[in-house]
Amino acid sequence: MAVSLKVNGAMRSAPAEADTPLLYVLRNDLELNGAKFGCGLAQCGACTVLVDGKPVRSCVTEVGSIGQSEVTTLEGLGTAAKPHPLQHAFMDEQAAQCGYCISGMIMSAKALLDQNPHPTEAQVRDGLAGNLCRCGTHGRIIRAVLKASNAIRRI
Amino acid sequence: MNAHISRLNAHISRRDFAAGLGGIVVAFTLAPKFAAGQQAAALPGSLNGNRMLDAWIRIAADGSATVCTGKVELGQGIATALKQIAAEELDLPLERVHMIAGDTEKTPNEGFTSGSQSIENGGVALRLAGAEVRAILLDLAAKRLGVDAASLAVADGVISTYDGRKVTYADLAEGANLHREVSAKAKPKSPSAHRIVGKSIARVDIPAKVTGGVAYVQDLRLPGMLHGRVVRPPGYGAKLEAIDDAKIKAMPGVVAVVRDGSFLGVIAEREEQAIRASVALGKAASWIAGPPLPDQAALYDHLLSLPDEPHVISEKQTALPESVRTIEATYHRPYTCHAAIGPSCAVAQFTDGKMTVWTHSQGVFPLRGNLAMALKLPPERVHCIHAEGSGCYGHNGADDVALDAALLARAAPGGRPVRLQWMRGDEFGWEPFGPAMVMKAKAALSADGRIVDWNYDVWTNTHSTRPDPRGNNLLASWYLAEPQKPAPPAVIPQPAGGGDRNAVPLYDFPRQRVVHHFIREMPLRVSALRTLGAYANVFAMESFMDELALAAGVDPVAFRLAHLKDPRARAVIEAVARKAGWKARERSGGGKGRGIGFAKYKNLATYVAVIADVEVDAASGKVAVPRAWAAADSGLIINPDGLANQIEGGIIQSTSWTLHEEVKFASTGIKSRDWLSYPILTMPEVPKVEVELINRPEERSLGAGEASQGPMAAAIANAFAAATGKRVRELPLTPERVKAVMRG
Ligand code: FES
Ligand code: FES
Repeated sequence: MAVSLKVNGAMRSAPAEADTPLLYVLRNDLELNGAKFGCGLAQCGACTVLVDGKPVRSCVTEVGSIGQSEVTTLEGLGTAAKPHPLQHAFMDEQAAQCGYCISGMIMSAKALLDQNPHPTEAQVRDGLAGNLCRCGTHGRIIRAVLKASNAIRRI
Repeated sequence: MNAHISRLNAHISRRDFAAGLGGIVVAFTLAPKFAAGQQAAALPGSLNGNRMLDAWIRIAADGSATVCTGKVELGQGIATALKQIAAEELDLPLERVHMIAGDTEKTPNEGFTSGSQSIENGGVALRLAGAEVRAILLDLAAKRLGVDAASLAVADGVISTYDGRKVTYADLAEGANLHREVSAKAKPKSPSAHRIVGKSIARVDIPAKVTGGVAYVQDLRLPGMLHGRVVRPPGYGAKLEAIDDAKIKAMPGVVAVVRDGSFLGVIAEREEQAIRASVALGKAASWIAGPPLPDQAALYDHLLSLPDEPHVISEKQTALPESVRTIEATYHRPYTCHAAIGPSCAVAQFTDGKMTVWTHSQGVFPLRGNLAMALKLPPERVHCIHAEGSGCYGHNGADDVALDAALLARAAPGGRPVRLQWMRGDEFGWEPFGPAMVMKAKAALSADGRIVDWNYDVWTNTHSTRPDPRGNNLLASWYLAEPQKPAPPAVIPQPAGGGDRNAVPLYDFPRQRVVHHFIREMPLRVSALRTLGAYANVFAMESFMDELALAAGVDPVAFRLAHLKDPRARAVIEAVARKAGWKARERSGGGKGRGIGFAKYKNLATYVAVIADVEVDAASGKVAVPRAWAAADSGLIINPDGLANQIEGGIIQSTSWTLHEEVKFASTGIKSRDWLSYPILTMPEVPKVEVELINRPEERSLGAGEASQGPMAAAIANAFAAATGKRVRELPLTPERVKAVMRG
């Protein structure tokens, strides 16, 4: 069985069953490192990607359910050389310790800023309430998201 | 390390890599030879166990440096800090210093990356080795140019005379013999000459981490790689009675079911196939239960009922002055999880009788020893290579999953590599927890409000069961058909201490007695969790200091300063009080309060004082910590932003431990298995933290990764008392416990 799906703007296919969690297709078949396995239980947010702009937990989303929708992962935002304003702000603020949660944080933040380009600090905190971080990087993550929102405002 | 993985993924062979190091490496041995009876002089830091200069630093034909370190990146920024130190002493730009970290065939053996010692031991080694390599190159240049070495200037790997003649490191690489014992005689730069050390250099690992580059062992993809999962017993010590695996073997993608005694695992072509097969395997297995766990409701009584070995770790006996009041209190700390966001992971490959394991272990050499023991291979047939994992806060499942992966890889057909990541429930259920502790304090106050007698007793298990040559400390080894035995638990000696870490007060009391009651029997699996016993000891002692201050009618800040001579300790307390705008004997009440906590981590490392604000909602029992301030003194600061990040991270993690965290268990096994049964702090609850750093360029750099957790726990408990007039002496401050305290 093979599935096809649109990821980061390109049609891709993978030799996976339709009920395979999207996470494993992204990581193992498409070799995208952004989304991480954290819990497989929709509890931590490490696997967050965007499907048609909405944040979803790829660990519990069957790849067969994606259909014609567009999947965006961390890699779809930008690169180290040409980072998205959010990635840029995370680098500027050095907003990572181990960094394992960061892809999920950035994807949730992207969804938040698309909805609400100028969030308050409290709105950023609420927007990221479902993403866990264990290293205590939260303060810097919040600062990075606010910084990115200002940068986007200037564009 | 990142570079290492990309090399792997690009399929560049090790020979190409070694060739890139240039002509200097003749033979690479880690130990010089001594004639019989000859004693080697002690060398500073990690140089002592790794005495050859080229074990640390090699200069390539292009003049760049390869720096080898046994200290590994755990998300704490150490790779960047060590690179800064080496580049500084070598006078090379950062981009021309290549780091190799934690590889049993390439780097020095620096034991474990733990206990905030990487800067102190690994950093010192690189500083001295770097200075020595630079001195050797300068000598060569002086000979070649016919001038005095002292007259030469060095910048970015170019050595020049005052009249403008130049020679580069590249020109000298060929002739420089670094295969010699370190003398540790070359003088490192004075702090005033530092250009790279002391700067907030952007961390080298962050760009990949925020853009989806290869950053973790979880991201390794080797050609032909299979996926493995293990099926753990329902509880500690259970035995696999029977398994009918015929149906599982027929599941899609399944390559092998691996059983060795009560160790059970499965290998499949695809990750989701391995997961499905492991779930089916779990259902098909029947187990004979191991011994029951104690009743959690009576945990602390149970701990106190176990036999203990008392060690008196501090005693000052002067005549007991007349005291007006004696005060006593008992404090408790539960079992706590490491709970990294990403479960532990390893990739293993068994080819030609040799096992290669990519691991996020904190100590690749000790891990190699226990892997070799379990696999019955000579250690030189086991190669461990560090690759970063999810956050590491002590001894988690990293070492155990390395053996799990190796056991599966041994059964993989055609030497195919196996990647194995634990499931969330494996990590919570089987990681070694931070041990539960009971702390009893008793003190006497004089009429003028001074502490004249101090007694402190702490009961706990060992705080380290890391891989160990005296036994096998890897989980799966205990479940094999021929089970191996763990090393007997050992006391970690003072002054650093284990369960008794920070149990000796830094305050100056005329009379004191501190006893560490070491309990051998471990009801739950335990090992090192960030700070070891320091978190709970500082929580208890600094809570008790506030209880005594209250009894003496003295402001908590003033009370501490009145008992403290160490000027650096006083300085951080005064600095944080200033920063937070502390007002003496302020009692805001009404559910809002402010508290302080202080410690010098391990009594050997960074000084930290923390002030926290809390808000207590009496009806719901919820405690909020909106703000915290810290002042820290780590001696000479290597990377200010990195240091602030560590202090801040510690404060936030400690807020989570203190408010929420407690491993739940029943007689049948561990009940905390996911983020619902083991909740941690979420984004809306995180305090705003401000950190003030006190730089002391003339003082030794001190470890800081674990320095703020204890003070923060005490600051929260003291702020809670200020807010409510009630004292919580048992962690964590969950709503149920808070409501009980408020009623009582
Ligand atoms: S891995 Fe998907 S929410 Fe945790
Ligand atoms: S940075 Fe480590 S989990 Fe967030």
